[in-house]
Amino acid sequence: MNVAVCAYGAGNVRSVVTAFRRLGADAAVTASPAAVAAADLAVLPGVGSAAAAMDGLRERGLDYALRERVAAGRATLGICLGLQLALEESEEDGGVAGLGILPGRARRLRHGRVPRIGWATIEPGGETFYFAHSYAAETSAVTARSEGVVAVAEAGSFLGVQFHPEKSGAAGVRFLERCLSRV
Amino acid sequence: MKGVRFEGLRDVGDPVELGAAYSDAGADELVYLDVKATLDGRAALLALVARIADRLAIPFTVGGGVRSVADAEALLEAGADKVSVNSAALERPQLVTELAARLGSQAVVVAVDAKDGFVRSRAGSSATGRLAVDWACEAEEHGAGEILLTSIDADGTREGYDLELTRAVAGAVSIPVIASGGAGSARDVADALDVAQAALLASILHENPARLESLRAELLELGVLLRDAA
Repeated sequence: MNVAVCAYGAGNVRSVVTAFRRLGADAAVTASPAAVAAADLAVLPGVGSAAAAMDGLRERGLDYALRERVAAGRATLGICLGLQLALEESEEDGGVAGLGILPGRARRLRHGRVPRIGWATIEPGGETFYFAHSYAAETSAVTARSEGVVAVAEAGSFLGVQFHPEKSGAAGVRFLERCLSRV
Repeated sequence: MKGVRFEGLRDVGDPVELGAAYSDAGADELVYLDVKATLDGRAALLALVARIADRLAIPFTVGGGVRSVADAEALLEAGADKVSVNSAALERPQLVTELAARLGSQAVVVAVDAKDGFVRSRAGSSATGRLAVDWACEAEEHGAGEILLTSIDADGTREGYDLELTRAVAGAVSIPVIASGGAGSARDVADALDVAQAALLASILHENPARLESLRAELLELGVLLRDAA
């Protein structure tokens, strides 16, 4: 199983690769659109600012490669900012156009302490994952929520999660296993 | 290394093995502070950070000697999820703004070491004359995502967290606060979690890493909500 983890200058991608390798996948960090297009599973990770991340994706031609993958029905996973970038737009940084893979937009969290950092349960499913974010998706593609916040959103072959499965202990490992088994 | 009230630092074990053991035993996060980095005038040891990170399945915060965005990015590249800044941010608060702009606030922890309510820098060795509450608020304004609040008075004593200090800081900011210093029992941790969003444990675990599992069980009995780590 070949897993391409998109590298576009945004945060810690090493732990995502490490997590997939522990599960026996042939995972690598890449900035190559061709590698992203060819992989069995492409992963769009990401922390940091939406504007800088979108610029990073465009500069490398990864925005096009990701859209094409999803249009062709090939498995693609967005994590944290990777979920938010898949939306039509984000209100972060004064408004940023996203990849448009998912309907809806990312909005700044308005309740509780922000950033929202820590472990929280998602429903349905009841498993606990690690979250660290200041923005969240508002999308009709939502399939699970956590404390009212969109935790999982899906459209076609794209699966986006607001939490960090690679940081979520045993529950995260099980989640990534399910991702690999769906490919 | 660990000391008492920031003094008498002594080796407590291999950070790679300890980190892996804590991750496997249900710790919610690992914080690694290279406490002597600033005093020694160097950055945290990147190769060691990478070796620790490769064994973890939980969030990983690293601090010690971070003076620039480049220092922080090197740590994230080595596998840290968040960087903790302290002395350099006190000298130049704009550093927090720069880090937040580049890494996002969720990756920027400002560590505040306090004695008698006042901030000390350089591993507790220098007085700053600033109130911990004021500095925490300023750090938040500059874009900090979390405050790691350590009471030097309580550090290593195992007599309980400094709840007064923690309550004051957590009440003044709207970002998460991690209480640190003084954990001796499950009751102490439960009390800290009443006023802060997270509680850091060091001395009591380093001496006996197996204590984490029994501590989790005791916390559940006290009615503290913990994730199912299995």
